[in-house]
Amino acid sequence: MPRRAKPSKPSGTAQASRVPELTPLEKSPTGIKGLDEISGGGLPKGRTTIVCGGPGCGKTMLGIEFLVRGALEFHEPGVLIAFEETPKDIATNVASLGFNIQELADKKKLFLDYVAIEPSEILETGDYDLEGLFIRLQNAVDAVGAKRVVLDTVEALFSTFSNPHILRAEFRRLFRWLNDRGLTTVITAERGDGTLTRHGLEEYVSDCVILLDHRVQDQISARRMRIVKYRGTKHGADEYPFLIDEQGMSVLPLTSLRLQHKASSERVSSGVPALDEMLEGKGYFKGASVLVSGTAGSGKTTLACSFADATCQAGERCLYIGLEESANQISRNMRSVGIDLDQWIEKGLLFHEAWRPSQFGMEMHLLRIHKLVEKIKPQSVIVDPITNLIGGASEKEVQSMLTRLMDFLKEAGITAVFVSLTQGGAILEKTAVGISSLADTWILLRDLESNGERNRCLYVLKSRGMAHSNQLREFVMTKHGIELIPAYIGPGGVLTGSSRLAQEAKERGDALARKQEIQRGQEEKKRKRVALQARIAALQAELTAEEEVTEQVIQEDENRERQLELDQKDMAKSRGVA
Amino acid sequence: MRNSSSRRPEKRSKGVEVFDLRLYVAGQTPKSLAAISNLKKICSEHLEGQYRIEVIDLIKNPTLAQDHQILAIPTLVRSLPMPIRKIIGDLSNTARVLVGLDIRVPETKKRAAHA
Repeated sequence: MPRRAKPSKPSGTAQASRVPELTPLEKSPTGIKGLDEISGGGLPKGRTTIVCGGPGCGKTMLGIEFLVRGALEFHEPGVLIAFEETPKDIATNVASLGFNIQELADKKKLFLDYVAIEPSEILETGDYDLEGLFIRLQNAVDAVGAKRVVLDTVEALFSTFSNPHILRAEFRRLFRWLNDRGLTTVITAERGDGTLTRHGLEEYVSDCVILLDHRVQDQISARRMRIVKYRGTKHGADEYPFLIDEQGMSVLPLTSLRLQHKASSERVSSGVPALDEMLEGKGYFKGASVLVSGTAGSGKTTLACSFADATCQAGERCLYIGLEESANQISRNMRSVGIDLDQWIEKGLLFHEAWRPSQFGMEMHLLRIHKLVEKIKPQSVIVDPITNLIGGASEKEVQSMLTRLMDFLKEAGITAVFVSLTQGGAILEKTAVGISSLADTWILLRDLESNGERNRCLYVLKSRGMAHSNQLREFVMTKHGIELIPAYIGPGGVLTGSSRLAQEAKERGDALARKQEIQRGQEEKKRKRVALQARIAALQAELTAEEEVTEQVIQEDENRERQLELDQKDMAKSRGVA
Repeated sequence: MRNSSSRRPEKRSKGVEVFDLRLYVAGQTPKSLAAISNLKKICSEHLEGQYRIEVIDLIKNPTLAQDHQILAIPTLVRSLPMPIRKIIGDLSNTARVLVGLDIRVPETKKRAAHA
């Protein structure tokens, strides 16, 4: 019999070194997604586990999946002793999960024994025991070499046989019998009022008890599983949501909220070049959580689809989860802005899943997303919109779910874009349930109303780890995609749309007018210059003429003087002076 | 004990039913042996000649347990007359056995038994 691990002693005590190495409890993996994680490896090997819950909780399903996967994946044949449903009924029920019980029985991997119990026919006339059951069990185990046994539901024996002493003794004998042969057993039992099981089976078997719950909240059903007890093992003690779908059961384990994800320095384009420019010219960080919020009709889906387009263009896979519009509708709408999503769907790069959020509860959504991500392994995920997931859940639940989702995607290095609808009239910077603090980049789309029209604007409210622009840009959807135009900010305030166009036109007109003024001025100047130059020339000529005249006069004067002198000399000569 | 059937010469008179009885046991446990002897006693006392007993040892034929849907040991099955009746236990409670097998006890015998 495998020994159980001793409870851990505080390190540092002298005793620790003297404690012998004990083999830890061996586990038998169930193959059920998530259950092996929360149970630390599976069910206790060679021992009995009780699965209890109300009707329709999925107890039988768990037992059968344990057997089927045991046979198919772990090479451990199994035995199913059914007390309530005939094997044929069971086979039909699980066929929808893709389990072919008949085939397994034919291949001698599974042995089915239906114990027909008809209490009305049985009269007790003295001492007896349930040796017949043991004989059948032995026969079944020998037939296929079984290592796993499921008894569903062994409580039926309580309603058949009325002698409590005999029953108690036989139950004890049964579990010892199973234990001795090292058979990993699952028994199903009905939940009791205030007790784990109605008939108190847990007093015979208490190595491991799993409780299943199926409740309906606000018309939405939610399944929960809890490991109530698991001797000798550290197990997740919380309630975990699970679902049953075409692949069997899946349990959603809490992603470890250790906050130890690696942060990448790579960048990915947002799909809108102008937006990339606002983000240091490079775009979002790879693996970041981006929140796009805005009121109805502000262009959030278009922005998200631009990102999907960019991801696919780079040859990477994108998972688009639409919770409001069908895939077809979104593809059609995007065509009007020049984004062709269908081509990526055909190429197998874009996976567009759409479902109505009211269909399921919160955990179911999370689980579905988990499964899709694990199946597709995308590099980016878009959830449009997350506000639809809220439904009737409390704020705490929603926050917890979104945290888990963001963590899960971050840990996988997947860039995630979450679209959030804010109520018109509410303060735009207050998103539902405060998820804005979880996001790394927050892009806000708002409408500005002026002059009888509404124009869309975009700004980057925050973007961790980069110097992002703080400008408001006008957000215009054109035939070639989204364009961001710097909004006009002038003395009249921020102008967008037609008022911006009007203002721009006015400015252009003003600029033209000024230009013309300047031109005129220049011409004026030219003319003046020419005129002045002409005057200068004229004055210059005058001056020259005057100078000449003056020269002449001076010359004549000088000549006269000379002549006079000569004449005087002559005269003197003639007078006989000299 | 192998599958043995002890037959008494059948003195069938008109209107008297023959009881077809099958006793399932598991080896030679005290309960099984007690059941066999009790059954023989009851049959010889109340069913003179109108019965057939078959003893089936499930240790020797384990598959019969599933085929015949036997859980408790010992189990006595009355296949004839119809309807089928099942009784479990070592048959020590004679009154119950008689009720279970639907054997009507004539008044004389009853008084004799109680005497």
